[in-house]
Amino acid sequence: MTVTLPPPSSQFQERRTLLYQPGLKRNRFNRICNAIAATFALIAILPLFLVLFYVLIQGGRLISPRLFTELPPAPGLSGGGIGNAILGTILVTVIATAISVPVGVGGGVYLAEYSSRGWFAQFVRFGNDVLAGVPSIISGVFIYGLIVATRFFFDQSYSAMAGGIALAVLMLPTVIKTTDEGLKLVPQELRWGAYGVGASRFVTITRITLPAALTPIATGVVLAIARAAGETAPLIFTALFSPFWPEGVFNPIATMSVLIYNFAIMPYEAQNELAWAASFVLVILILAANLLARWISHLTKA
Amino acid sequence: MTTSSTTVATDVCMSLQDVTISYGSFEAVKNVYMDLPRGRVTAFIGPSGCGKTTVLRALNRMNDLIPGCTLKGRVIFDQHDLYDKRVDPVEVRRRIGMVFQKPNPFPKSIYENIAFGARINGYRGDMDELVERSLRKAAVWDECKDKLQESGFSLSGGQQQRLCIARAIATEPEVILMDEPCSALDPISTLKIEETMHELKRSYTIIIVTHNMQQAVRVADMTAFFNAEAVEGGSGKVGYLVEFNNTENIFNSPSQQSTLDYVSGRFG
Repeated sequence: MTVTLPPPSSQFQERRTLLYQPGLKRNRFNRICNAIAATFALIAILPLFLVLFYVLIQGGRLISPRLFTELPPAPGLSGGGIGNAILGTILVTVIATAISVPVGVGGGVYLAEYSSRGWFAQFVRFGNDVLAGVPSIISGVFIYGLIVATRFFFDQSYSAMAGGIALAVLMLPTVIKTTDEGLKLVPQELRWGAYGVGASRFVTITRITLPAALTPIATGVVLAIARAAGETAPLIFTALFSPFWPEGVFNPIATMSVLIYNFAIMPYEAQNELAWAASFVLVILILAANLLARWISHLTKA
Repeated sequence: MTTSSTTVATDVCMSLQDVTISYGSFEAVKNVYMDLPRGRVTAFIGPSGCGKTTVLRALNRMNDLIPGCTLKGRVIFDQHDLYDKRVDPVEVRRRIGMVFQKPNPFPKSIYENIAFGARINGYRGDMDELVERSLRKAAVWDECKDKLQESGFSLSGGQQQRLCIARAIATEPEVILMDEPCSALDPISTLKIEETMHELKRSYTIIIVTHNMQQAVRVADMTAFFNAEAVEGGSGKVGYLVEFNNTENIFNSPSQQSTLDYVSGRFG
């Protein structure tokens, strides 16, 4: 049995070899586009590597045990460390986390589980998105006006608590958003299953839905902490600065970001070097937090 | 009390009286009257979109979770109208358990999957014993007994579904609702679940939605056939109950032409 193929139509070009031909117009065009895209991608990540590299070179060589245990020197003297600022950053971030996580997770739970997508929930979501875009210095001024200027806590003005609250304002939108989105990812069948065995809404949320969404929520919280730990603007006029060891939650406190801001532009070599060292420690901390977030987000896939 | 005037025969477990369920302004299923017998398996069959799942979910107020879903009429269970304002839906679901179309074990260990429902229902007995008893009743004990602490997701689809049945049994409900429990399963798992149902009907009232008519014949004592038809001025098809009788009558000598057409495969 023979099959006669129809002759190729003359309106098309002649049949060519199936082998790849680099000289073809489409192949040349393809290579050029690839090259352009790759170049822009390289340019895009260049700042990241330059910043990391420069901070590592400038700050990395200054790392020593003294850096973590000593106070900054008085102007004109040399040596010293940034122990108080490291401690201060940790303290302020812990305060901010302690405030923003309960409020943020609670708000996210309300949006995703309780609100029936009415106007109030829409309004809260919209407000949350706006809050996420508010410049960080605005949250600083806000807390300054609300707490610092009014001497809200025990007649103290600048304090670690005020700084922590200012950072909490910055962290809130991220925590609310990730909780809301994380809960939306929980399959509806899981909630039905819990209701089906007679669980109330509260039990369903605390025992089934929230644990199921723990990974995205924890990732969001860690990323929010990483962002807050590096903020300067909200701390300048809330936590202020202190050349001494932290005296308490309601006193001014040194933080690494404000230390960098203060010391980097001082006309003293020792202070400038400490600013670089603090930059290095801060970058490493934030890098570690991001890696931790990635690790957490991989947990469920395993 | 509004429901005391209704006489409910002792062998009637649940009674639907002129039930109409709507999603928003759209009526999904209309004017259902039905007496579901106690200690039997009742199957709901019918083409897609005829409202059989909607009716099933109305029986333990699962439709409450769907925004805009409303019910008119009465669903009598244990001498109460389940849709009375004073009725607590959580208590309803504790006594009327449910197994869903897709296996949905909790992201916990097999043991915890069973223990969760019992614990929130205030079970005070020996938990190990309850877990074993429930898994045995659902015919999944042999596959689970060596890995009770492993995740519920480590089981196959059929085993997960039987775990969900065990989970429903563990709270000792009076009625178990099953929404196409075998639609995601292979024939062997399906057979095992059907055997489980035969075991369970000694102690429970079972109501099952199924697309598989052979399954209805195999497991059900009673069968309800639902159909849907377009109504004048309506935006879509409205479901209604065509016929409710012994399974044998439905499949061998139905009184309605559309039932005969459906069970003999002429449409649907």
